[in-house]
Amino acid sequence: MTQVSYRAAFGLIVKRDLMIAFRHRDDIINPLLFFVIVVTLFPLGVGPESTTLSRIAPGIIWVAALLATLLSLDRLFKSDYADGSLEQMLLSPQPIFILVLAKIVAHWLLTGLPLILIAPLLAVLLHLNEHSYGALMLTLLLGTPVLSLLGAIGVALTVGIKKGGVLLSLLVLPLYIPVLIFATSAIDTAAMNLPYNGQLAIIAAIFFASLTLAPFAVSAALKVSTN
Amino acid sequence: MSRLHSENTAFTPNTNSLLSASNLACIRGDRLLFETLDINIAAGDIVQVEGPNGAGKTSLLRILSGLSQPYDGQVYFQDKRITQHRETFHQDLLYLGHLPGVKDEMTAQENLEFNLALHGLNSATAEATLAEVNLLGFEDALAAHLSAGQHRRISLARLWQSQAKIWILDEPFTAIDKLGVEKLEQLFLQHADNGGCVILTTHQDLSLPAERVKKVTLAYRFY
Repeated sequence: MTQVSYRAAFGLIVKRDLMIAFRHRDDIINPLLFFVIVVTLFPLGVGPESTTLSRIAPGIIWVAALLATLLSLDRLFKSDYADGSLEQMLLSPQPIFILVLAKIVAHWLLTGLPLILIAPLLAVLLHLNEHSYGALMLTLLLGTPVLSLLGAIGVALTVGIKKGGVLLSLLVLPLYIPVLIFATSAIDTAAMNLPYNGQLAIIAAIFFASLTLAPFAVSAALKVSTN
Repeated sequence: MSRLHSENTAFTPNTNSLLSASNLACIRGDRLLFETLDINIAAGDIVQVEGPNGAGKTSLLRILSGLSQPYDGQVYFQDKRITQHRETFHQDLLYLGHLPGVKDEMTAQENLEFNLALHGLNSATAEATLAEVNLLGFEDALAAHLSAGQHRRISLARLWQSQAKIWILDEPFTAIDKLGVEKLEQLFLQHADNGGCVILTTHQDLSLPAERVKKVTLAYRFY
């Protein structure tokens, strides 16, 4: 038996998850549609006044992105748990860290990345300040992976519970709040044409901390859930 | 040699054992399923775990495979604790549980290829392996369109390619037809003769020679 290289095992899982998602498109479209609907409803509800909208735009986009990610989290481990493929992955000779990271990367490619791509269009709709676009994209680029990484811990903990939806939100949302605060603060600062490196550095720090630590937490949580 | 002790005995690691467990205890809910259970499985053994529903057969297999933690006791793979040598142990382990681990969104062949590749086996022969389990002609059918027995066959197909020494199979014959069961039993015998071991649960009587099958019996306990 040849030992599969870490990179091969990583690629294998990402490819498989993407393939399954593309054959089951609802899972990709649902969170994205939710994101678009929430953001487009705000101008209708608040009124089309550009000063009000551009004031609340960063918050709306980030809150909507956060809830859209929350909506998509279940997909991460639930179906694999239900059909037994999660067990098989835990029993494979690869480090669980690699497998978990691959699943999270696939999740981000399917939810985080589309959100980033569509966000500037929705920002136009909300009259986002022209200086803020760079900050919006950078915070989303650093922030959405954090949402997937931290969310994975919550899903891994609740995957064995039949109705874990409420518990998942309660577990995960408090962890999302620092990202939300610093991201919207960065975008607001950018709107005033001030440097926002500070906020960005903190989000980057949160990103790297969760990138290195979250997969360990997820592995441990999955072992508990499948026990 | 598999043995089962009801009384507490000192455990002596057996040098030629593949998989052994000492002093295992398992609690599910408020119920003690078994305690002070010693098992010693050597190369060439076929072990059938017997017992009524709820006696803890699946729990025992999950503990032996490292999926569940025992309440007490240790499991050893070639005299090394499996919790400390997870990756080397899993290279030599093939566990198939109640759930076949087959994705509905993938075809039979894609499912098998993924399973083989994940466990470091050559996935190029997946098509030929599917023929072994009578799934020729279904390679490109989505698993969602296949029956329960065919799902089970996709997951069992890995046995034909496996180089793992330890096979732990939880109810492998569920939804498999008579001919398929016979073929599997022959495969188990061949695997045991080649220096592997098979641990399985089944409620069917195995048609293998009685002297080849060792039995571990778990009793249902009411306390």
